[in-house]
Amino acid sequence: MAAGATRGGGVTTDTYKEARTWLLMPAWLVLLVLSLAPVSMILIYSFLTKEFRGGVIWDFSLAAYDQFFFDRGLFGDEAPSIEWTYITIFWRSIWQAGAATLLSLIIGFPTAYFIATRPEKVRPIWVFLVTIPYWVNLLIRTVSMKFLLRDQGPLNDFLMSTGLIDSPIHIVNTNFAVQLGLFYSYLPFMVLPIYASVERYNFSLSEAAADLYATKWVALRRILLPAIKPGVIAGCILVFVPSLGSFLAPDLLGGAKNFMIGSLIEEQFKGNAGNWPFGAAASMILLTMVLIILLIFARQQAKAEKREG
Amino acid sequence: MAKSKYDIKSYRGFGAMTLLCLVVLYAPLIVVTIYSFNASKSITVWEGLSLRWYVDVFSGPESAKFKLAAWNSFVIAIVASTISTAIATLAATAIVRGGKFRLRTVSVGLISLPLMVPEIVTAVATLIFFNYIGIERGLLTILLAHIAFCIPFAYLPIAARMQGIEDSYEQAAMDLYATKRQVFTRILLPLMAPGIISGYLLSFIVSLDDFIITNFVKGAGIETLPTAIFGAVKQGIKPNIMAISTMLLAVSVVMVTISYFVSKTDNTK
Repeated sequence: MAAGATRGGGVTTDTYKEARTWLLMPAWLVLLVLSLAPVSMILIYSFLTKEFRGGVIWDFSLAAYDQFFFDRGLFGDEAPSIEWTYITIFWRSIWQAGAATLLSLIIGFPTAYFIATRPEKVRPIWVFLVTIPYWVNLLIRTVSMKFLLRDQGPLNDFLMSTGLIDSPIHIVNTNFAVQLGLFYSYLPFMVLPIYASVERYNFSLSEAAADLYATKWVALRRILLPAIKPGVIAGCILVFVPSLGSFLAPDLLGGAKNFMIGSLIEEQFKGNAGNWPFGAAASMILLTMVLIILLIFARQQAKAEKREG
Repeated sequence: MAKSKYDIKSYRGFGAMTLLCLVVLYAPLIVVTIYSFNASKSITVWEGLSLRWYVDVFSGPESAKFKLAAWNSFVIAIVASTISTAIATLAATAIVRGGKFRLRTVSVGLISLPLMVPEIVTAVATLIFFNYIGIERGLLTILLAHIAFCIPFAYLPIAARMQGIEDSYEQAAMDLYATKRQVFTRILLPLMAPGIISGYLLSFIVSLDDFIITNFVKGAGIETLPTAIFGAVKQGIKPNIMAISTMLLAVSVVMVTISYFVSKTDNTK
């Protein structure tokens, strides 16, 4: 019965075949009740009627989605036109998350490559160094970023003492501050998957290219990059997706002008002023976007795996 | 200049970018740590080293609030990570040692669900759910929410570990008439210990650090450390907040470091 089916370097056997239902039961119970059921309930709540002091009335209504997409005037009796407020907030979130992803890629790619080309023994230490900050409380990291970037903060002090600038640069409460905060929050997610794919890359391919008179940068662009593309895409998604729905960076570093989806949703559930169905609808739209991205990604990865055989 | 064989691997500037990456990652944390030891009442002026703000955290005017928040945070983190690690260990055994079965992929998907859904959506979902079933928001709701989203963080290192253990040990034990239960408790569990400890520590940190979900499901007046810090920071960054942050930061770094070294130990030889 030793079905030591070894695949992908992992040992999986069927020793506990008879018990597996019982072993999985607690995980299934907890996750069905506390994770899948709640997420499904958002869909239901997004079609309910809002109660004015927070909460919902159980009457079917499309009001939440209507409010999201259409403007019917102050009294709701005008011909509907497109409501841009919330679409703009979503668009800004996509843009900010995209900028943060690009920043992470610019810094993260060389870092991942550098680490993957170190001697095998020291690589784990480098990886560990890059991951430590991820495990530090996101709130504390964001507050630290704000402290550092403040007008009277250490960064501006330092730049002024070197004489590079005469007056402090205003970074906090700008779009750029939010991008920096998001970039800082999720940078390790960019480095790790790229690192993993560069480490698996067969460098004799690059050497072959060099033997055929390719310059280093041509070898990088034409040989290495296509080979490690799945890792790069994975890194981009791992930064983009959490950035899209993030709350802390835009809230603490962005100020009111730089509102993102996370803050829009949070506001709907705060105190009595909120609108639960609307918050649920915004959450559904965000979730749909994320699931579409993940689905496209999964299909691409499956295709890439097939190609490799 | 002639290209050496190894030259193709190194690109000019990549080392500098790596350095920049580490500076970006660590500078904010180091700066806050340094300023938490500032003697000044102002966060801008440096007046020399002092433990004043650490004393303030433990015995200052706000100490009662922070002590209660810290107590809540640690109790929830200990209970949530214990339960989710136990659940994850059983689930990993079923998935890695339970052969092929139809619900295997679905189970893995369900376990990683909390990682795929944006945190704010999980927060909304959990709030709506508790509201629907009518549990009053408080410590219990925070705990339940934490158990659910800590499971994947505990599961990943445990499953990875179990995949790395040859099943010859288990086979040998069974050849010597050990029951499957004995094989599990006497062979598999000890071999998995590094993965389990590492999963426990990671889920502990994840619970201790969570702000967004906690903020949604906590009742009025109930605070954990992150929500208390967030509330305080809204009034402006104060030196005592930096002292608390530095301590919390130290806890995380110590636990991740332990987890790293534990997961690297090889006790299968």
